[in-house]
Amino acid sequence: MSPAEVTSTGSRGTRVIGSIVLAGIVFHVLLSFVWSDPDADQGDLVRIMYVHVPSAWLAYMAFTVTAFGGVMYLWKRSLWWDLVAGASAEIGVVFCALALVTGSIWGRPTWGTYWEWTDVRIVTTLVLLLLYIGYLAVRRIPADPHQRSRRAAVVGIIAALNIPIVRFSVDWWADRTLHQKATIKLGGTELDGLMLFALFFGLILFTLIYAWMMIHRFRIAWLDEQIDRHGLDAAIAERLAESTSDVTRAVGLTKTGADL
Amino acid sequence: MWHDVRLIAGKDLRIEWRSQVATGQVAPFAILVLVLFGFALDADTVALRTFTGGLYWVTVLFSAVLAIQRSFALESADGNRDALRLSGIEPAAIFFGKATALVVQLVLLEVLLGAGVAVLYGPSVEDFPLLVATAGVATIGVAAAGTLYGVLAAGLRVRETILPILLLPVLAPVLIGATRAFDDALGTVAVNGWNWLALLGLTAVVYVAFGALAFGVLLEDS
Repeated sequence: MSPAEVTSTGSRGTRVIGSIVLAGIVFHVLLSFVWSDPDADQGDLVRIMYVHVPSAWLAYMAFTVTAFGGVMYLWKRSLWWDLVAGASAEIGVVFCALALVTGSIWGRPTWGTYWEWTDVRIVTTLVLLLLYIGYLAVRRIPADPHQRSRRAAVVGIIAALNIPIVRFSVDWWADRTLHQKATIKLGGTELDGLMLFALFFGLILFTLIYAWMMIHRFRIAWLDEQIDRHGLDAAIAERLAESTSDVTRAVGLTKTGADL
Repeated sequence: MWHDVRLIAGKDLRIEWRSQVATGQVAPFAILVLVLFGFALDADTVALRTFTGGLYWVTVLFSAVLAIQRSFALESADGNRDALRLSGIEPAAIFFGKATALVVQLVLLEVLLGAGVAVLYGPSVEDFPLLVATAGVATIGVAAAGTLYGVLAAGLRVRETILPILLLPVLAPVLIGATRAFDDALGTVAVNGWNWLALLGLTAVVYVAFGALAFGVLLEDS
């Protein structure tokens, strides 16, 4: 199907996933805000965890897919993998930012500050966010599709290679103060059954949200690519047609001249 | 291969020696940053001495961005990149050559900055071998990552802005590691600097290995 005939990026599959996600969001909101109890220590604050933890999970998953897509692109040289990597990075950046914002909102009443430098995870996640903003910036640079893909693949892989290094260095760096343990409140024993269920349900729900967004975002990116390619082809064909008609006319005139 | 590495590194260093951009612009910029930190921290000698390691490495990173941009600006004149591609030299050799030239320039810059820090901030050195080893290893990491991102940014219209946003987050672990190791060497914070040096070494190995592999992919379209 040519891009001109496509009217929607939806399909039966995405509509099924989308419907499940919508129902799941309603269920998750009820689970997080109504059915589950406040935490013994944190009170209602714990409820932000049901969004925060799945967001962070989604971001890390998305960035892993981006790196994998980059490796596959360099191996197969197929734009398909590059578009997967790009779509995944965009979603990852949004949810990475969401994880940081929700983390800060949680941190303010818990630690008394929006930002806690000694918390390894938030510092690592911030560096990660900056790395992938750079990745998206590289993708935005106008270039031939394969040129762009090569650059993006290398940047995506370096960012992924950097995740364990950043994590490890920040871990050591923050270790000089000891109140870091305060953040690991959500140990398995402190959560009752329904709270734990809400957390895991969130993880599954956000994974589905990711799948739904990925399919749509990938299809849009693919259509964009097709429009670029077909648009150029169409423009070339048009110019060719113009010049050919000019030639015909010119030849026609000569003929007329000869006839005379 | 090593012959080609020497060739490329020699070319870059000769150009730098003749054009004097590194000595005339990058080095004064680095010293300027040290002075600005002095103003920003209100000439508080205790603070400056405490944060010497961090301020030193931030200055090195900012100056390195300039040096890297310069290193690839050399290649954009007169179709030099095409010449490099057509020369038949292995991309990995070009990578090592350009990275080596950067290491040499950065080491010279670090020596100068070290003197500047010694005069302006007045720290005391407790572990000189650690200081030297840290500077060496961190410089290799910076140069390797810088060379890889330098070729990526080279030739782009947005190269001045894209290079720092890509490079600086990647160098965050180098900044952390080098600063901590310096903190130990200068006796400002009680940490085990040699452990940090090991982490820096690992980082440098990763960047050098990946850089040598990926440089060719990026050189194709720079």
